[in-house]
Amino acid sequence: MYWNSFNDFVHMGGYGLYVWGSAGMALLLMLVEPILAAKRHRRALEQAASGDNE
Amino acid sequence: MFKNHSGLTWFTYAAPSRFYGMAGKAIPWLWALCLALTVAGLFIGFGIAPTDFQQGDSYRIIFIHVPAAWMSMTIYAAMAFFAVLGWAFNTRMSSMYARALAPTGAMFTVLALWTGALWGKPTWGTWWVWDARITTEFILLLLYLGYMALTEAIDDERRAANAGALLALVGAVNLPVIRYSVVWWNTLHQGSSVSAAGGNKMATTMLVAMLIMTLAFWAYSFAVAFTRARAIVLESERDTEWVRSLTRG
Repeated sequence: MYWNSFNDFVHMGGYGLYVWGSAGMALLLMLVEPILAAKRHRRALEQAASGDNE
Repeated sequence: MFKNHSGLTWFTYAAPSRFYGMAGKAIPWLWALCLALTVAGLFIGFGIAPTDFQQGDSYRIIFIHVPAAWMSMTIYAAMAFFAVLGWAFNTRMSSMYARALAPTGAMFTVLALWTGALWGKPTWGTWWVWDARITTEFILLLLYLGYMALTEAIDDERRAANAGALLALVGAVNLPVIRYSVVWWNTLHQGSSVSAAGGNKMATTMLVAMLIMTLAFWAYSFAVAFTRARAIVLESERDTEWVRSLTRG
């Protein structure tokens, strides 16, 4: 491993805010989008099952 | 070829039902692939790749920024391709693929702009500047949002698909402009570090991590766009026999 300690890793040579701000946004968006898509699919299945047309 | 009865039937009904079943089987594997690639890519990028001698560790944003920016353009090209295909041949499944891809492309555009701002601050001293590359990437986001708003706003499925295809096609002009913006205009955003012709200017571990993250984002895009396309198929086919038999279990 490249890092000497976990603190080193979090600190990112002083760029922690920028690096983790980027990684955090990626994680957030890439968790929320699949959840929304799965919800939409479940809702479409339920509506098809109920024969409800809107 | 598209006029005879069996051809028409295949395009209008069988294709969505076949897609629905095949995509349903593929999605768990795509997520597994995405997860494995992400773990490998982040391990190499954040665990093994050395600190950049100029930028320090801020450069590690590249492992998210560049794959996200690449996906934002690749997905737009795929979306425009399917939209135009659906328009030209009236193949409903193509138009559904186009609509399924748009939110994922918009998400990667937001991610590319966000990570670009967080990378710009420590390296250029500013979050945002109306540089050629950044401005054209921002226009890409507006194109995605316009396409989504337009196709949602028109109730008639076919008219919505055709109007969306026109917008997607005109907007595709923006793709080469984004691609060559760093060559045509000498502004803040740096040129590319990797090219097919000129080799690369990066350390091997950095390049490998970036390419693995790109593959992870590809797997992600297929998984989430397939999920959304399945929802769109059900929404537009809910009165057909195959959807009814599906919901009966």
